[in-house]
Amino acid sequence: MEHAAAGSGHLETSTGLDNRKLLMWLFLGSECLFFGSLIAAYLLYRDRSLGPPFPSDRVFNGVHYEGLFDIPFTSVSAFVLLMSSVTMVLALAAIQRGNRRSMQVWLLTTALLGTLFVSGQAYEFTVFHREGLSLGSNLFGTTFFVLTGFHGAHVTIGVLILLSLLAMSFQGRIQQKDSLNVELAGLYWHFVDVVWIVIFTLVYLIQP
Amino acid sequence: MATVAGPARGNAIGEALRQARKAADTEYGIWSWIATVDHKRIGIMYGVTAFFFFLAGGIEALVIRLQLATPNGSIVNADQYSRIFTMHGTTMVFLVVMPLSAAFFNLLVPLMIGARDVAFPRLNAFSFWTFLAGGIFLNASFFTGNIFEGRLGAPDAGWFGYATLTSRQFSPGHGVDFWAMGLQILGIASMASGFNFIVTILNMRAPGMTLLRMPLFVWMTLVTSFLIIFAMPVITVALFELMFDRLFNANFFNPAAGGTPLLWQHMFWLFGHPEVYILILPAMGIVSEVLPTFARKPLFGYPFVVLSGVAIGFMSWGVWVHHMYTTGLGTIANSAFGISTMLIGVPTGVKIFSWLGTLWGGSISLRAPLMFAAGFIAMFTIGGLSGITHSIVPSDYQQQDTYYVVAHLHYVLFGGAMFALFAGIYYWFPKFSGKLLNDALGQVHFWLMLIGFNLTFFPMHISGLLGMPRRIYTYSGDNGWDLWNLMSTVGAFTIALSILVFMINVAITARRGDRAGSDPWDGRTLEWSIPSPPPPYNFAEIPRVHALDDFWHRKYTEDAQGRPVPIPAGAALAPEPEHAEGGHGIHMPSPSYFPLIAAIGFPLIAVGLIYDYAILAVGAAVLLVGLYGWALEPATEE
Repeated sequence: MEHAAAGSGHLETSTGLDNRKLLMWLFLGSECLFFGSLIAAYLLYRDRSLGPPFPSDRVFNGVHYEGLFDIPFTSVSAFVLLMSSVTMVLALAAIQRGNRRSMQVWLLTTALLGTLFVSGQAYEFTVFHREGLSLGSNLFGTTFFVLTGFHGAHVTIGVLILLSLLAMSFQGRIQQKDSLNVELAGLYWHFVDVVWIVIFTLVYLIQP
Repeated sequence: MATVAGPARGNAIGEALRQARKAADTEYGIWSWIATVDHKRIGIMYGVTAFFFFLAGGIEALVIRLQLATPNGSIVNADQYSRIFTMHGTTMVFLVVMPLSAAFFNLLVPLMIGARDVAFPRLNAFSFWTFLAGGIFLNASFFTGNIFEGRLGAPDAGWFGYATLTSRQFSPGHGVDFWAMGLQILGIASMASGFNFIVTILNMRAPGMTLLRMPLFVWMTLVTSFLIIFAMPVITVALFELMFDRLFNANFFNPAAGGTPLLWQHMFWLFGHPEVYILILPAMGIVSEVLPTFARKPLFGYPFVVLSGVAIGFMSWGVWVHHMYTTGLGTIANSAFGISTMLIGVPTGVKIFSWLGTLWGGSISLRAPLMFAAGFIAMFTIGGLSGITHSIVPSDYQQQDTYYVVAHLHYVLFGGAMFALFAGIYYWFPKFSGKLLNDALGQVHFWLMLIGFNLTFFPMHISGLLGMPRRIYTYSGDNGWDLWNLMSTVGAFTIALSILVFMINVAITARRGDRAGSDPWDGRTLEWSIPSPPPPYNFAEIPRVHALDDFWHRKYTEDAQGRPVPIPAGAALAPEPEHAEGGHGIHMPSPSYFPLIAAIGFPLIAVGLIYDYAILAVGAAVLLVGLYGWALEPATEE
């Protein structure tokens, strides 16, 4: 939505795909490499911390350490983000039908669910930090905070985009014919959601 | 579209913005350049800026060569030397060759595919301003030391920034911070233009311009853009990790906490090897346009050249370990990457033979662009062959970190990329300035540069094989390296002289150059079908494309022996109708200040991260103002 098409003289594109949509797909392709690199660093350093705290229960130097991960809590949080993809789809469907009011409701719901997820992450970070985990504490702290932090930043930017769309729709700038704006935000939102599924699986669920 | 009226104050600002925008919508004056979204002007700004950085990087190179001219040189000390060679490498890769290629993407791609502009004109302006901001920011690092006491603040860890040379322990001061964040900013610029050109090439082609009718330069732009958008995120993450290590005590590259410095090398070269092709593929594209024009023959084996370019793009992801043979990854990894490195020489060889085949039997007109293109083929082949010697693992063990590697990389990046870029400058200069560069001076430039180049870099093969390591700031006189180093230094100043000849040529041409018509070289591609310099809207009427080298086929047909015969004037395909209404009916996107505003945000954010979070907040606010202003203003003012 930041990038309006030049348009002039090119109402139809060579591929038939809208310029902005193609741009968004390329951007998401590029983002795959971004998150791929972060995840690779996490996996490389998994279980290689030289000291506590650890993600899951572990005996280290004869001492038992309880793991930091709270799987039920993070599962709920992941569920919240997953549901926000559903509401995002409903927002797009609403504006494509021309129902602005319904779109506004679903956009707001999506933004709230996203905010809830980020708040959950902030809470999780706070708890971990209190347990002694920091960027500098060990490799786990370094890779965990940077990976999930960048994901959280992506969700936050997504929430900002959704709220901007909402504000624009209250100004009457988002009509049925502008549904592409919502669709693009949706593509980004679903992508960030899918990335979380990968992170949640690789980082939280599969423990060595 | 109906908009709800905002508060009166908002309207006043909006009105002021609209007025400023209108004022910039002219052909003259500084503001018309600052707010421009015209791909041709952005291309020119890319080219001019990159040339200034080329001079800066060149002066750094001359300091290096002066220092190494004789044993025990004392022009600079070890610390200054490290900073200067780091800046030389970083500048030449990120501030010279990449943006010079971007200049050609901008100038040529829309013209070659028959479009009026790129897909996202404001994003294009944003790329340029972000590149300029990143370049200035990176070079500002020099002043973070105390320059009057001879303490330079520039980064000192090499252009590859190996961990742990970049750690706070071994590189205190802010040089590496400026380096890491400068590259981040430049990465944003490159990625934005990468996205833009992929969409432009895939979506904005004139009717009939199928993928396999696209000029080869457009193909190479497409492959390069894909490499950019997929390779840049990898270095982005690596640089973020470095920044977290330096600014927030993270442990990514800290061996004391169990981190491995090798992670940096893997990520850097996983980016770095595609980057090598990001530097060379546009040059190959330029050469593939110049040769057919001056041999008056179609490119030999066009589909093979296209597919070789695509193959190189894919294979460039599977060769990075050849930069890391001596890091101890083991025999299997080294052998596998040795084989893949030899394999990538195959599509490159295909291209070289295609270029030779293009020249073979052609009616060659020996002008400056062709001489530079031929120089490219010869020099790049030598660089390619020394590259093959690197793929052989035991041989590479001997050459690792010696001047032999320096010789190789300059043969491909200077002998290759820069020769081709100069071929492009001589070839397309008349299209965008309306004047032909002086050909005699161009040939003087070429011969001086060719001789100077070989005098500089060929002896490095020998000094390297004699064991002279890279990155040393001086050497003693009993190694047998003296003669080779002196030759290199003399050569470097010969190159500098050749660049001076080029600058004189441009100055003379600007004053009293020969007027170039729309088609001074009897060209083959669409850009030669429109006036020089092209009008802002490029094509009064969007052309219909019927064949590869469409413009050539509008001018020539073949006789029974397959020789080109001019189509008599007035017959067959009529020339472009002169724009009946002076192009007034064509709506072009309006100028915009917001890309510049957004770009200014980045260096502020970076400075803020290093020195003071208050500046960071200001930078973030500037960025947001730029982005929101950009999103909310209409692309075209009615």
